[in-house]
Amino acid sequence: MAENTTQLDVSMLDGFTRLVTEDALQGKTMLLNMGPQHPSTHGVLRLLLELDGEYVVNVIPDIGFLHTGVEKHMEYKTFEKAVVMTDRLDYLNNIGNNLVYCLAVEKLVELDVPPRAQAIRVILTELQRIASHLVWLGTHALDLAAMSVFLYCFREREMILDIMEMCSGQRMMTSYFRPGGLWRDVPVEFEDAVRQFLRIFPARIDEYESLLTKNPLFIERTKHIGVLKAEDAIRWGVTGPSLRASGVAHDLRKVQPYSGYEQYDFDIPTHTDGDTYARYLVRIEEMRQSLRIIQQALDKLPYGPTRSNNRKFVPPPRSELATSMEAVIHHFKLFTEGFPAPKGAVYVAVESPRGELGVYLEGDGGPKPYRIHWRTPSFANLQVLKLLAKGHLVADLVALIGTLDIVLGDIDR
Amino acid sequence: MGEHLEKTVRALEERFGATSSTFRGEVTVFLQPHQIVEACTMLRDELDFEMLEDETAVDYWPEESPRFHVVYHIYSYKHNERIRLRVPLNGNNPSIPTIEGVYPNANWYEREVYDMFGIHYEGHSDLRRILMPHDWEGHPLRKDYPLGHEEIMFTFNFEEINSRKRYAQE
Repeated sequence: MAENTTQLDVSMLDGFTRLVTEDALQGKTMLLNMGPQHPSTHGVLRLLLELDGEYVVNVIPDIGFLHTGVEKHMEYKTFEKAVVMTDRLDYLNNIGNNLVYCLAVEKLVELDVPPRAQAIRVILTELQRIASHLVWLGTHALDLAAMSVFLYCFREREMILDIMEMCSGQRMMTSYFRPGGLWRDVPVEFEDAVRQFLRIFPARIDEYESLLTKNPLFIERTKHIGVLKAEDAIRWGVTGPSLRASGVAHDLRKVQPYSGYEQYDFDIPTHTDGDTYARYLVRIEEMRQSLRIIQQALDKLPYGPTRSNNRKFVPPPRSELATSMEAVIHHFKLFTEGFPAPKGAVYVAVESPRGELGVYLEGDGGPKPYRIHWRTPSFANLQVLKLLAKGHLVADLVALIGTLDIVLGDIDR
Repeated sequence: MGEHLEKTVRALEERFGATSSTFRGEVTVFLQPHQIVEACTMLRDELDFEMLEDETAVDYWPEESPRFHVVYHIYSYKHNERIRLRVPLNGNNPSIPTIEGVYPNANWYEREVYDMFGIHYEGHSDLRRILMPHDWEGHPLRKDYPLGHEEIMFTFNFEEINSRKRYAQE
């Protein structure tokens, strides 16, 4: 224990006083602010650390710096217009956010989605999963002082973002999925671009692995760090790769298939160690499984419409407006008023790169969501940091934040 | 509805006199505030609902009784089933017992509901605001909390809006 050298200014703790131990208030342990502006917190996250020397006694996360009131804003927009808000939650998984929101709206109003749209949704969601894992891998390795991995990861991520831009016109804030299907069909270059990516990417995963998997420095920094037991993971609501690395083979794409995932053959990678290294291995393997799904979906990509023909919910194509009075009426109604949703509530969950991404959507008979709540995986997963970090070094805390793969836009909403 | 879910709903109905409804294949069970801790304990220990997926609330202002519904989603890994519990709360300043003792991850969800709706959780270990700044006034997701934008002035509502802008007339 360090000597009582500094007098603690309790007023700086705003509300945290109750949460720290008596030792901290007497100056025996040190209170240290990490963030909100700190490169290793992966965003604007503030952690109040209680340290005994270099060892972490307690972590108190302070979140909300990126709160933008997405849920409140969506209550004021029609179902179709609210799609743009979904991109801005988890900014590494925009397509996945579009998907879960559209699935919720489709379930609420009982809207069909054509098979081609479903297959393209799967392809893009899996590409987005790879892109998200690449950002995680790059930044996680960067935190652990392996800088070159970051550059390689962002090189391949750029290919995926180019595909997103090709489809939607936007690299990140895509808003490409709409209730009832897609904004428009994919361009002709799409298939070649995805096939090109499928061709080169397996070798690139091996390249990342050759930099890290057997790297003694990386293993030293990740093995036995932040061990999460399966029962703790379930108790604390941890989902996604972090849960699977603890030995629970649970993937919503398998157990509650949506958007046609039941047609594709893929494995759920798991590991039993539950440490940071296991979570790394699971995510690497997930990228390979995503490639398998993309390959299958692309091989049997059906032809046909990419948006439902139900004109009560989906606006008619531009070409019909000049010839059909009915189309003009539908167009006018949908763009001024929007479509009504029945009174009732649905909950839809999908497997995002970080875990279970759920939407609780309630309609009241009007054209706007009465209440929408986002069950975001980062929010649930960050809670467990306290449990993981106890007794580890501050330097390992950086590895733990990285391994939970949090996105602050997803936490603060 | 799966077999296990049916059994669960029946058990909740018998034990707590709860009512249930189904919408789009999803089951909702309505409970009273004082029953929630016992019901969650039963779901976790006897019926294999191991994980609290989500906890949130809905505001039905200007309705007063019930004004709020607290909504729980609880998931069973073993049976791959999800159940939704809804607890109606009366009045503008309601409170409900915390389920933190049953599902520890309720801690942050309940802080969020407190922050956004002003629902108090009895026995919660750390009931502070989580997303809004600690000195914030009001609870943003309540329906009587405005979104915060300038209302457009027309001839017919000019007087009304202008009268609310005292600072502009000083």
